[in-house]
Amino acid sequence: MTGGVVSRVAALRFFAALNPRQLDQLCEAGTPMSYQPGERIFAEGGDADRFWLIETGSVALDVRIPGRGDQVIETLGAGAVLGWSWLHPPYRWQFGASARERLETIAFDGAAVRNRCDADPAFGYAMLRLFTPVIVARLQATRLRLLDLYATSAQVGRP
Amino acid sequence: MSTAAAPAIVGSAVPQPYRVVSRRVDTADTVTIELAHDAGPLPAFAPGQFAMLTAYGIGEVPISLSGLPDPGDDRARRLTHTLRAVGAVTRALHATAPGATIGVRGPFGTSWDVESAAGQDVVIVAGGIGLAPVRPVLHAVLAGRARYGNVVLLVGARTPADLLYPGELLRWAASGVQLGVTVDRPADGWSGHVGVVPALIPHARFDPAHSVAFVCGPEVMMRFTAQALIERGLPASRLRVSLERNMRCGVGWCGHCQLGPLLLCRDGPVVDYARAEPLMSIREL
Repeated sequence: MTGGVVSRVAALRFFAALNPRQLDQLCEAGTPMSYQPGERIFAEGGDADRFWLIETGSVALDVRIPGRGDQVIETLGAGAVLGWSWLHPPYRWQFGASARERLETIAFDGAAVRNRCDADPAFGYAMLRLFTPVIVARLQATRLRLLDLYATSAQVGRP
Repeated sequence: MSTAAAPAIVGSAVPQPYRVVSRRVDTADTVTIELAHDAGPLPAFAPGQFAMLTAYGIGEVPISLSGLPDPGDDRARRLTHTLRAVGAVTRALHATAPGATIGVRGPFGTSWDVESAAGQDVVIVAGGIGLAPVRPVLHAVLAGRARYGNVVLLVGARTPADLLYPGELLRWAASGVQLGVTVDRPADGWSGHVGVVPALIPHARFDPAHSVAFVCGPEVMMRFTAQALIERGLPASRLRVSLERNMRCGVGWCGHCQLGPLLLCRDGPVVDYARAEPLMSIREL
């Protein structure tokens, strides 16, 4: 089972920086999971107990706005990693996520990976080096969108 | 003084009357107008160059060429411009109806030099109205398709309703262009990407070592796009951006469009990123 997960994870670039032993360690916590179009993967405020490597399909991250429903704030596609709230307390999802189309993923048990990080600092450091750029890139993307770059002065209320 | 210089001076200093022969509404605030000359035509424009368009009695603005004339067509000297109504002059130009006359000076500035991408993959990244100035690049590449490798077009817009040329985007995709479209704010029913356009770059299929990139959009968007392209391995010297400042004279006389050592109406708007990048990060510029 783990061998199948290892080959599927190794086929994507995201964990390419892990050495074979670290990849095996990670994949011990991995399970293939599929989702149907429209299926909710997790809801805002829920337990952030895992993360996913997207093999095929895409995911919509959303936020619930009273009176407006679930508003999509970003989409993630094949090769991307979904979820980093499992890394830090309080381990709660900040946003929701649902499959936009048929989705194939490898889901990783967050607590098991955290325990492995604690037990093996080299593994933990390697994982942080992989996840920190994801967090930084999403923060930068959010900042860019806050600038509302394509708006006219009138649209953003500037004189 | 040579008399042969006179037409160039007229074209660069005195607006020539052009008639609006067609007007297509692209989005709520953007139109594409086609212009035909009433008197002698101006010299041919190259992709990336701009014209100074005059709304008589109101003012003059720089607008890039957004279409490539068919050289075999007797309308070859027609000009196509896509413009967004954001100020007094562009609002007046936006409102012009077919048959109206506007003034045109040009062509001004540097071109995208599409020819230099022959034999390479072509990566075009556009944000918002920035799709208009790179549209002629795509026209030129598709006209000589066999001479180029992979063609990637990545487009970002504020909302789906703000996307320019939606019909053409579909046609380009059907003709083999690798198309990625993303919006900042999706509308109901939008099934495409949501997010910023640089986020599309890691997934695009092109060989960074053998590619030329053409990038146009808001300056901050171009900076982050360039960063993502360089992270993929594209050399900054093969990455071109289109910069804007306050173009006035169009020929480097008045200095209003100065960006450090560059006068963008003459040395731009298209500039190699290797040259532009240090200038784009200086607060005083």
